[in-house]
Amino acid sequence: MTPIDLLSLPLIALGAFFFFAGTVGLLRFPDVYTRLHALTKADNLGLGLIVMGLAVHAESWFVAGELFLIWTLVLVSGASVAHLVAHSALEKGIRPWER
Amino acid sequence: MGAMTLLGWAFDGLVGTGLVWLAWRALSSPSLYAAVVLFVAFGLLLTLAWVRLNAPDVALAEAAIGAGLTGALLLGALARLRGSGARKASGAHADRPGARISAWPLAATATLAVVCGLAATLIFREPTTVGLGAEVTRNLPVSGVSNPVTAVLLNFRGYDTLLETGVLLLALIGARSFGPAIDYAPEPAPAGPVLEALARFLVPLAILVSGYLLWVGAYAPGGAFQAGAVLAALGVVLVLSGQGRGRMTAPGLAVRFLFVLGPAAFVIMAAATLALQGRLLEYPPAHAGVLILVLEAAATLSIGAILLALFAGSSFGKDNGTGP
Repeated sequence: MTPIDLLSLPLIALGAFFFFAGTVGLLRFPDVYTRLHALTKADNLGLGLIVMGLAVHAESWFVAGELFLIWTLVLVSGASVAHLVAHSALEKGIRPWER
Repeated sequence: MGAMTLLGWAFDGLVGTGLVWLAWRALSSPSLYAAVVLFVAFGLLLTLAWVRLNAPDVALAEAAIGAGLTGALLLGALARLRGSGARKASGAHADRPGARISAWPLAATATLAVVCGLAATLIFREPTTVGLGAEVTRNLPVSGVSNPVTAVLLNFRGYDTLLETGVLLLALIGARSFGPAIDYAPEPAPAGPVLEALARFLVPLAILVSGYLLWVGAYAPGGAFQAGAVLAALGVVLVLSGQGRGRMTAPGLAVRFLFVLGPAAFVIMAAATLALQGRLLEYPPAHAGVLILVLEAAATLSIGAILLALFAGSSFGKDNGTGP
């Protein structure tokens, strides 16, 4: 195992854990708002960690830059889409879940 | 067998069974909206399958057109069905006793025949050739590009791509002739600051990515269809955020010019090569690279414009929301 593997493996594993947590939240949370919360937050962080884990393997700065561009795009579109879905749910009269 | 191969097999098995399962769920889902969402998920999983098969070009096209734009088109069509109440009519038709009963045995027999035929081909036919891969590699130096997929699509079998752009144009003409002559649907209301900000953020980026995909197609996965799909996707975001829909549903001269630019460039190139070189779309090797780039640029603009026009024509205003 090279030093780069030692750096990237924990990052990717941690990223996968965040994806797992987000998916559990999507399946287990009670309504659309809480599910969106779980999905977008956890996946944004999870993808960021995986991108970091892959970027240390990249053979050039260009490839690493491409990976970070993909992450930025997912961040922006994820946040926007989460807002749009929540907004449309509110307009449809779906009330946020209360204990 | 190493651990990595085993992991690969497990992953491929998961993707394969997932595909069949998603396809079945999409077909059997009672809710049309759920079916469309499952279809998009199917497309994304299919993209993964193409990546596993070492076909990144097809994967890019599948993700952009198969999952993304087709999904948007289906959602637009769904909104239209809901708006016109046509769904009730078609539902009543399917509930008629005769319709279902006669369709099942026919579909089952046809499926069985196809499966048996494919299995028999796999089992009994010796593979006589190994494909044209070696031929393509041998002729790659004269093609003008170093990406074998682009070499095949734009040079060796350029007439296929010529016809494909023609098919797209025909599809648009067909779709438009089925629609109303004048589009009375109102421009959708501005969708709020978030979508507008997203659109503003995406405009320069999508143009950059599209240009990059077009340029990189010469030596790496990419090309006109992927670049055009990115342009069309940008257009979809713009239309959804309430801008420019009328320009696509009631196109002016400039937009119509965009529609025919790609097919026209192909036809002109085909005529010119036929006259000068004696063969259809056989470029002089010294200029092949430039000519391919010109053709691909024209095709990119047309593909983007046509795909966007198909979407813009399919979607109604905001009142017929596409949500569940």
